[in-house]
Amino acid sequence: MKKKFKLQDLDCANCAAKMEEAIKKLDGVNDATVSFMTQKLSIDADDARFDAIMDEVVKVCAKVEPDCKILM
Amino acid sequence: MTKKQKQMLMRIIISFVMLAAIMLSEHTGVTELFPSRLLLGVICLIPYVIIGYDIVYKAFRNIKNGQIFDENFLMMIATFGAIGVGDYSEAVAVMLFYQVGELFQGYAVGKSRESISAMMDICPEYANLEEDGVLTQVDPDDVEVGSIIVIKPGERIPLDGVVVEGESMIDTAALTGESVPRRISVGDTIISGCVNGSATLKVRTTKEFDDSTVARILELVENASSKKAKVENFITRFAKRYTPIVTLAAVILAIVPPLWQMAMIGMGRMEPVAIGNLWGEWIYRACTFLVISCPCALVISVPLGFFGGIGAASKLGVLVKGSNFLEAVSKLDTIVFDKTGTLTKGEFAVSRVEPVSMDADALLEIAALGEGYSTHPIAESIRTAYGKSLDMERVANTEEISGHGIHTWIDGKEVYLGNGKLMDSLSVFYEKNTSAGTVVYAAVEGAFAGTIVISDTIKEGAKEALRDMKRIGVRKTVMLTGDRKEAAEAVATELGLDQVCYELLPADKVGKVEMMLNACGKDKTLAFVGDGINDAPVLTRADIGIAMGSMGSDAAIEAADIVLMDDDVRKIAKVVKIARKTLAIVKQNIVFALFVKVLILVLGALGIANMWAAVFADVGVAVLAILNSMRTLKMS
Repeated sequence: MKKKFKLQDLDCANCAAKMEEAIKKLDGVNDATVSFMTQKLSIDADDARFDAIMDEVVKVCAKVEPDCKILM
Repeated sequence: MTKKQKQMLMRIIISFVMLAAIMLSEHTGVTELFPSRLLLGVICLIPYVIIGYDIVYKAFRNIKNGQIFDENFLMMIATFGAIGVGDYSEAVAVMLFYQVGELFQGYAVGKSRESISAMMDICPEYANLEEDGVLTQVDPDDVEVGSIIVIKPGERIPLDGVVVEGESMIDTAALTGESVPRRISVGDTIISGCVNGSATLKVRTTKEFDDSTVARILELVENASSKKAKVENFITRFAKRYTPIVTLAAVILAIVPPLWQMAMIGMGRMEPVAIGNLWGEWIYRACTFLVISCPCALVISVPLGFFGGIGAASKLGVLVKGSNFLEAVSKLDTIVFDKTGTLTKGEFAVSRVEPVSMDADALLEIAALGEGYSTHPIAESIRTAYGKSLDMERVANTEEISGHGIHTWIDGKEVYLGNGKLMDSLSVFYEKNTSAGTVVYAAVEGAFAGTIVISDTIKEGAKEALRDMKRIGVRKTVMLTGDRKEAAEAVATELGLDQVCYELLPADKVGKVEMMLNACGKDKTLAFVGDGINDAPVLTRADIGIAMGSMGSDAAIEAADIVLMDDDVRKIAKVVKIARKTLAIVKQNIVFALFVKVLILVLGALGIANMWAAVFADVGVAVLAILNSMRTLKMS
């Protein structure tokens, strides 16, 4: 399933790249992109565990850039 | 400016004033009256905390989260280092300038983001749904296919549909870049995202919002930034290695040279110096390294440049589906066109009238009257060319001779209209016409009266488009068509194409394009331009597939990498120019940023560049690179 989320307070491009990489490494995530310009996260992950995966995504992002929030 | 940015500005102003006061007292010698230099350090701590508390906080927080090499950490170490060696005011200054740069950077990025979203401001907010004569404002998402919606003057068309009532001019500029409004009336299809002009329209919707033109375009543009160009990927990889390498270099710089010098002093080969000064000097140099170690200038300015380039193209009415395609199109070498629908209109029109013993209008009139009852496209094009209303009373006893033409009586005169076979069968002496297209011969009262040639018309601007291609340095222009040799060659000569391949089946086109791809050279690209009817496979196979947006099928738009919203092939050359300019700006930024950084690194290691220069190499370069990238937004 593919889904898009808005990101709030994503202030640094390098962090966006780091977030993207961290999300891609998560189990069950097929593909992810964090766009610094559009302030959006698009994620393609397994249907069955999507919500659980999103919880992990939020956790991972909080580690990389605590200021940035994923708007669900 | 956002609230956060305003707060930051206040912090900058306060600490700047304090720093200025401290530096002034340093220069006037007031600080020398202090009992200890530590007092100066304590005083400097106040502006340092004001300007830098969040950096230090973030640095510690990120270390806790396992993110060590980030800017905050590096700035903290660098300024702590400066404080450690007693350069208190410099530590404040470095932090201050770093924050100024960050603020400016955030502001510039915000501005360009705004101008991009303004460009993309085509999303309709509501639809006026009519149910049982009652109008309600609803979310376009909730309108079902087949509903009747009302679009008032000045409103944005929310959904694709067919006009059922009203006549108006609509502004398609947001989608096609075309500034002349388009006239539409009952029965015409309209696409979402355009703005209604002068009058109220009633429209029956034909698509749901998610499938409508505007939603699809927004989706394409938003996804565009996820398809990254090679240059972008290079920067990402580079950024990952650059920071650790520079940090490691800083550590080595802080430890190895002072140890070496101490050893030299120990062996008596160097004049002894104070150990504290020795270490202090090298730690300071190492700190300048740390300040330069953030790759931000590149990480922000490169994607921003591409984003601006894609934005500039979409302002022209051309959708580029990713920065990788922008990069590819900048190296365009061979361009292959499909004929019908791309270079020609796919509509038949009278291209030549050659009368014998009468004027052209008279010949057209006879032909139009003779073909007056026919619904054949050829007959229609003759009537369109004649243009005046026909008095069919003058025509009598029209009969069609199958496979040959028409036999009729006009004003009491016997008229034959048809092909060469008809003329042969009548044994009329006639001039054979070998031009491309369909030829209609006319005979009046048994004598040859002239010929009318009907052919597919060349699209407006096609000739100009090909001329522009050559002007911008495209090596080869090719046309592929399933048409007959004569028709294909006529178009090719008229347009000045380099090569033409005719009588091709759709499957042959893929083969031809593959052959040309191989001949294209390594660092060059091939683009295929088509309207998408039967050519989706070719669009996919080519390096760059360019599809017609308004005529093309959904499958073609899906398969294509670049979509011309108003089908204007002239825009291809413009997009190539935009792409090249974008790439040039991106490369300027990379070269400039790397050059300055390496230069300051070297000078810093030699002790020539101080921390001020290092801050410039970091945020100053980032700001300049962003400003440079913002030029892409203004391209047209």
